[in-house]
Amino acid sequence: MNGFWAILGRDVTLARVESGGALLAVQFFALGILLFPLGLGPEPGMLARLGGGLLTIMALLATLLALDRLFQQDYEDGTLDLLLTSPAPLWSMVLGKGVAHWLVTGAPMLVAAPLLGILLQMSWPAIGGLVAALALGTPTLSLVGAVGASLTIGARRGGVLLALLVLPLYIPVLIFMSGTVTAAETGLAFGGHVSILGAVLLLSLVLTPWASAVALRQVGE
Amino acid sequence: MGAAGGRHRLKCTTEFSTGARPEGLGKTAVACFRHGMALENGFSYSFWARGLAGARGERWLFDGLDINLGPGEVLVVTGPNGTGKTTLLRILAGLLPAAEGQVGWEPAPDDGEVALHYLGHQNSVKGALTVAQNLAFWQRLSGVRDGAAVAAAQTIFALEDLVDLPARVLSAGQQRRLALARLVAIPAPLWLLDEPTTALDAGSAAAFARAVAAHRDAGGMAILATHQDLGFEPTFRLDMGVVS
Repeated sequence: MNGFWAILGRDVTLARVESGGALLAVQFFALGILLFPLGLGPEPGMLARLGGGLLTIMALLATLLALDRLFQQDYEDGTLDLLLTSPAPLWSMVLGKGVAHWLVTGAPMLVAAPLLGILLQMSWPAIGGLVAALALGTPTLSLVGAVGASLTIGARRGGVLLALLVLPLYIPVLIFMSGTVTAAETGLAFGGHVSILGAVLLLSLVLTPWASAVALRQVGE
Repeated sequence: MGAAGGRHRLKCTTEFSTGARPEGLGKTAVACFRHGMALENGFSYSFWARGLAGARGERWLFDGLDINLGPGEVLVVTGPNGTGKTTLLRILAGLLPAAEGQVGWEPAPDDGEVALHYLGHQNSVKGALTVAQNLAFWQRLSGVRDGAAVAAAQTIFALEDLVDLPARVLSAGQQRRLALARLVAIPAPLWLLDEPTTALDAGSAAAFARAVAAHRDAGGMAILATHQDLGFEPTFRLDMGVVS
């Protein structure tokens, strides 16, 4: 697991040190949510009703924000060659990248989401459902996004291509995340939604590092 | 694609090794640059390529290339731009698939062992990290923990005064020295270097030549593509010829 820890540590350090910092995604997430009351009007019932959907959609977009630099930077400065010739298995390094991406985007959003939920006057059960949905959903978004990022390395306007590639794959996660919030809000059991989100996360943990590794091996060709 | 497409035979200015190993190298203890300590074990690998052909897109750059390197042997690849020096090195590093032919080791390196270093045109340096952090990351990635090797690498390439600076403030030559320090900080039997002395001043180029000499003494192998005089005599030279 040398590759995993080395990449994880380095990417978190880089996010902290580089301009913009680690909190860029969560700032975008919060700012985006703050725009909705201004755009939709401050009618309390409506914001509470829409809150779950808005927060999950914004979490998805904020996840996309940093994805295009995930492998592009390593590709441009030659570090990717280093990773490909390193004795550590490539999937472990890719997994490290995905986890690092989640730690600097998904995890801060998880902390900010309840506060933003209160701001939108969401009910407490709905906020509980939201946290559960984001906790299981956002790591999947980071991992699936890493596959997209490795496929679009070197592409001109790769960021747009990445969004077109990854957003359709995010749809099932989005459906079950907002389903969790809706069910929690109306007092229904949301264990089923959460279980599916958990299952998708486990599947992503197993499959996406392998898929990314295959894509990265094609980059030089 | 035929001959008109740029496919051509290589001219080799020296006959390649037929597999005979020089005596006295390999596993013998050799004097080492690590602060005057002696290496317990040198490398005793050989590296070969047979019938290698390389292509970029539709264009064949070279074919029928045989390489056979033993411990302590160095191959210098020369030739005009566009004759496939970088492609050859990337194929040997496993970064590109060979159009034809095979590459292999004797004996095969163990799993998890650092078999080779590839240093291309880019330095693989992270500008936001300090010199020390870059070196530490490379070692962790390779599963190597060797403070003495890092110290030696910093000494050889005169990086001691720069260790706490972010790499982005270094000059091009200093960044290249940092990239070269990776070769010493993480021992590996084979170095594949593409224009290693780009941006280096005379003193740093001499330091690089000493590092290569120490690597050879330890039974290491190297394949270098260059346009410049490196200040040492390679075992073999390969002229990639002219573009047709």
